[in-house]
Amino acid sequence: MSRQEVVKSLSQVKQKEMIGRNYDRITGGTVKVSSTFVPGNLNELLMCFDIANNLPEINAIQNAMRKKSGEMIAEAERSGHSEDVCTYVKADIGMMAKGNIAPNGKPFPDPDVLLLSYTGCFTFMKWFELLREQYKCPTVMLHVPYAADGEPTKNMRDYIVKQLKEDVIPVLEKVSGVKFDIDRLREYLRKSAIAENDLVWMLESSKHKPSPVDCYFGGVYYMGPIFTAFRGTDEAIEYYKLLRAEIEERIAQGLCAQSPDGDIPEENYRLVVEGPPNWTSFRDFWRMFSEAGAVVVASSYTKVGGVYDYDGFRHDPDHPLETLADYCLGVYTNRNLPTRVDMLARNIVEYDADGLLVNSIKSCNSFSAGQLVMMREIEKITGKPGAFIETDLVDPRYFSAANVKNRLESYFQMIDQKRRAGGSAAASGA
Amino acid sequence: MRTFIGIDLGSTTTKSVLIDENLAVLGSGITNSRSNYDVAARVSKQEAKIAARFTLFRNALGKDAEHLLADLERNFRLEQFLSALRQLEETCMGYLDHPRFQGTKASLRRALESVFRKIEVEAQVIYAPGAARKSDFFRDIAGSRFMNLAEAASREADIPFETMLNIYDKSIIDVESLVDPDETVASQMRSGLARSLASAEGVGVDRAEALSALGKVLAVELEETYVVGTGYGRVRLPFPKEQIRSEILCHGLGAHRMFPGTRTVLDIGGQDTKGIQIDGNGIVTSFQMNDRCAAGCGRYLGYIADEMQIGLHELGPIAMKATRVPRINSTCTVFAGAELRDRLALGEKREDILAGLHRAIMLRAISIISRSGGVTNEFTFTGGVAKNEAAVRELHKLLKENYGDMTVNISPDSIYTGALGGANFALRAVVH
Amino acid sequence: MSTRPVGEIVAACEEIFEDLSFAKAREWKAAVPGRKVIGYMPVYVPREIVHAAGMLPLGILGGGADMEVIHGDAFYQSYICRIPRSTIEMAINGKLDFVDGMMFPSICDVIRNLSGIWKLLFKEKYVRYFDAPQNFRAEVGGVFYANEMRELRDGLAKLGGREITDDDIRRSIAVYNENRRWVNRVYDFRADFPWKAPSAEVYLLMRAGMVLPPGEHTALMREYLAAAEAANRPMRDNCRVVLTGAFCEQPPLSLIKSLEMSGCYIVDDDLLLVSRWLLTDVPTEGDPIGNLSRAFLLHSAETAAKYEPDIARKGSYLIDSVRKRKADGVIFAAPSFCDPALLDKPMIISRIEPLGIPYIHIQYAENSSQMQPIREQSGTFADSIKLWSAS
Repeated sequence: MSRQEVVKSLSQVKQKEMIGRNYDRITGGTVKVSSTFVPGNLNELLMCFDIANNLPEINAIQNAMRKKSGEMIAEAERSGHSEDVCTYVKADIGMMAKGNIAPNGKPFPDPDVLLLSYTGCFTFMKWFELLREQYKCPTVMLHVPYAADGEPTKNMRDYIVKQLKEDVIPVLEKVSGVKFDIDRLREYLRKSAIAENDLVWMLESSKHKPSPVDCYFGGVYYMGPIFTAFRGTDEAIEYYKLLRAEIEERIAQGLCAQSPDGDIPEENYRLVVEGPPNWTSFRDFWRMFSEAGAVVVASSYTKVGGVYDYDGFRHDPDHPLETLADYCLGVYTNRNLPTRVDMLARNIVEYDADGLLVNSIKSCNSFSAGQLVMMREIEKITGKPGAFIETDLVDPRYFSAANVKNRLESYFQMIDQKRRAGGSAAASGA
Repeated sequence: MRTFIGIDLGSTTTKSVLIDENLAVLGSGITNSRSNYDVAARVSKQEAKIAARFTLFRNALGKDAEHLLADLERNFRLEQFLSALRQLEETCMGYLDHPRFQGTKASLRRALESVFRKIEVEAQVIYAPGAARKSDFFRDIAGSRFMNLAEAASREADIPFETMLNIYDKSIIDVESLVDPDETVASQMRSGLARSLASAEGVGVDRAEALSALGKVLAVELEETYVVGTGYGRVRLPFPKEQIRSEILCHGLGAHRMFPGTRTVLDIGGQDTKGIQIDGNGIVTSFQMNDRCAAGCGRYLGYIADEMQIGLHELGPIAMKATRVPRINSTCTVFAGAELRDRLALGEKREDILAGLHRAIMLRAISIISRSGGVTNEFTFTGGVAKNEAAVRELHKLLKENYGDMTVNISPDSIYTGALGGANFALRAVVH
Repeated sequence: MSTRPVGEIVAACEEIFEDLSFAKAREWKAAVPGRKVIGYMPVYVPREIVHAAGMLPLGILGGGADMEVIHGDAFYQSYICRIPRSTIEMAINGKLDFVDGMMFPSICDVIRNLSGIWKLLFKEKYVRYFDAPQNFRAEVGGVFYANEMRELRDGLAKLGGREITDDDIRRSIAVYNENRRWVNRVYDFRADFPWKAPSAEVYLLMRAGMVLPPGEHTALMREYLAAAEAANRPMRDNCRVVLTGAFCEQPPLSLIKSLEMSGCYIVDDDLLLVSRWLLTDVPTEGDPIGNLSRAFLLHSAETAAKYEPDIARKGSYLIDSVRKRKADGVIFAAPSFCDPALLDKPMIISRIEPLGIPYIHIQYAENSSQMQPIREQSGTFADSIKLWSAS
């Protein structure tokens, strides 16, 4: 399919509208605004206080895809930030210095509250300390302990619930002037669970051959609503229903996953990917896969805003605060390495993938530190080859297209060779 | 006959290897990559074919022909040189028609003529039996002779040296882009053989037999049944996609062909360092490359050589003279220069510092190997750095320290590893 | 009590420091069958509980300046700091084979994930990621933290095959109270007479405390103080600085020496904070775990790895230290790629700048070998401070 023929599906149109409306709401000046992070975001809780949810990682991604992040990072580095540290943070700080303009062209209002969901990423803590310096607004820390032994403990859960009761909720009540109503929270959580069911169906649809969806590049879009300001809304339920119907249709037609330029004609490789994508060259990066017919059938990045498939978690309206705690404890980057290894290895087997590709991100130690060991362990468990590439989130200086392409090509050819390995002994002679 | 060719387009040199249907290597060729991969590919391919004809000739004559062959090769190179020199001269003369040389055309012509006549005479010496040549590339030999002779010639003719240089610079690019057609090569080989047979008494081969054998060899058509491109420049090759292979796979397979027992391959080239694990069939099972910094690859040694104002090939021999190996931590090319100057200023010996730098590079390389899965069996070292004795010494030490005693293979033809793998892929593409 | 001269004491400490195979700890373990050694990474862990279990807490602080790292690089990308890769190298090379368990405090994501690597590679070892609370209310973070310590206690009890009683912990608290008092005395002494207690010596003395049992270390500090007081050493015209940012990956010893040689007396630092993390004695009466928890919540040092809930107090720990130690300036010394230290720095600078406290920033790795640029920078800093105070 040529580029011009690519039409937006109903779900894509809907998502675009939803995102646009949310930015209008944030920048409209009529509601209170909270800044908070994607992993462990408490969207349902914020909704109980009519607080809009602004996510700085998403802003950094938006700026990167519009090729603006490089200049923002440079601005932050000029103001004293080290070249060594996370570029999400620097893109965010650089954006503030450059007028803090939202993607809809209007300036972001100063947040009324910083909800520091300290979940699965050390840098979050420093990031919001830095934002607090700027906005001097109420800042509330929700410390989510690391599930270091695989399973969250009762002590961890109790600690989070207590923080919600005694720190987070009182601060949000004060900021918003709205009294907390636990039944309202239950209602939102009920809606979350409905959307989450369809989300998991979508994630698992890639078990089909060919896979109707790409669960990394495409997955980024499909995750949008559930990871951001829409979990717990009717809109999210509708979005995932639309998406499901579209995917069902694709399966019926036997279509392969999509690329930036339309449907991929043939599925040659099925991959599981660990690590976030690069955003500054997102489409070029995607094309390196789609042009080779490589489809990502599962990825860990589609679990950063919550893990719903691995152990069947759904938000539970009967235990509203406890379920929020479990949600936070369970996000991908809050899981220990053995669990991540198990998750990815199971993906490779269950989705019948050719192997694991690690996109190691310079900015993100939470993801990256240990990925080389993970790769080796997963290779051992599955017997499938792994490959390792290195890029960054939003720093254009760390995306070397030639380098990445070289490794990807080698990897794809290696998979080809391994597939033919049965007959290779004869061919090789010696 | 059907032949299968692999071409490895590196950042500095381009290599070709030609094999027959029975996997036998018939010939290999190398040329400088210039800035034109297309030309480099054609030149190296022609060189591989030339070498293949030599091989066929050797096969036809048998063992007794070694002496003749060596002599023939030398004479052929001389013919090739003279032929290129004539082309260069013609091209230079062609430039004289440019209006801006109107006033000086005659004196320029005389000056150029005198230079080329002198080079022609010198060529006999350059290609005399037993003479050592620094490089076999026409550009290097002709260029250095031209520089030497043109200065005096321009002075005599009272024309600016610069002008002669300009004409040369323009012309050499044109000449370098020319690839001799097969007929020209054939006639060069014939002339070469004539020279050998004329001058060399007792070559131990019957003249008639030699002439007839060469005739048969030249009559063989070397059909390019399948060509595979690899290396950094592969994406710029005018090849269809399916004829391109990753250099990692080609290196793995090439190393396997050279040393069937090898399971681990380390390649340190100009642009990157690769650690490759292969199975018993030469199939890559895992690989790692250096990350975005150039630390630990050949380019780093280039920086060091520039910094010390010595030739790249001198680094190893100097480092071998070290009496102690200091610990150098920065393999960062950006900091290496500063660290180097600092250490020299502090009175450390040049050879010791260089030994430390070689160790630092090999440390990085062993880390990449470790990352790719360690060393399990026979180890093969390839790439330009494999020619550096100090690097090889450190490699041996580090392998012993970390993995114990093992076989380490370094082929004198290691530079052709990738192209050899490519040629084998070319064969596989047709045989399957 | 002892007659060893100061040089001899320091030499003994240096030997411990340079021994990456931890002979002293191995000896301790071998002396009594069944003894166990528990390694811990930098910043802070409640060593009292390990000690109460009859085990030796052993500080694991990376491979230092001279160790060649090969396999460690196979575990980490080039943009990750050095301490985890040299630590893994040591483990793979068998230098930590006698260590029965490892504790990884919540410093940053790299050390956090190192706990996972340990779980994957050394399945037979006891591995404990130790999450300290970032909520400082007694009934919230305090309860969580106390329970985490109880889990640690129970885990160690299981490992050691014997119960750890409250009395055991109280006794260990007393031992560490005593140790901390002497650590603070050494620090006070250095701040008062920096020429008599050079920072490299103080550092080596504290490093010995990462390996020796606390009682032995306390004795060593007493001995050192007596010897250092007696030693006749010339006072130099140096400025006084607080070194900050070096709380995790260790600077090479040559860096510490270089700073003093170039004219900066280090009068306070955040090196090896574990021995000074708690700012007061922990009560030896009552619930020992509750006491340790309260001490952490209310009376502990500050680093970039710890959340500061009160924006007004950000940087106050450093500023207090500058004032208390009568320092002339601050040297930020952060390891390359250290997210906590590097992200925190701009905030700390914004606090000390308005107070007119001069500062410089240097970056290092544990194996940095080029000291000349650092000496030049700190030398210039010292000169400018002297000029400024003279005018």
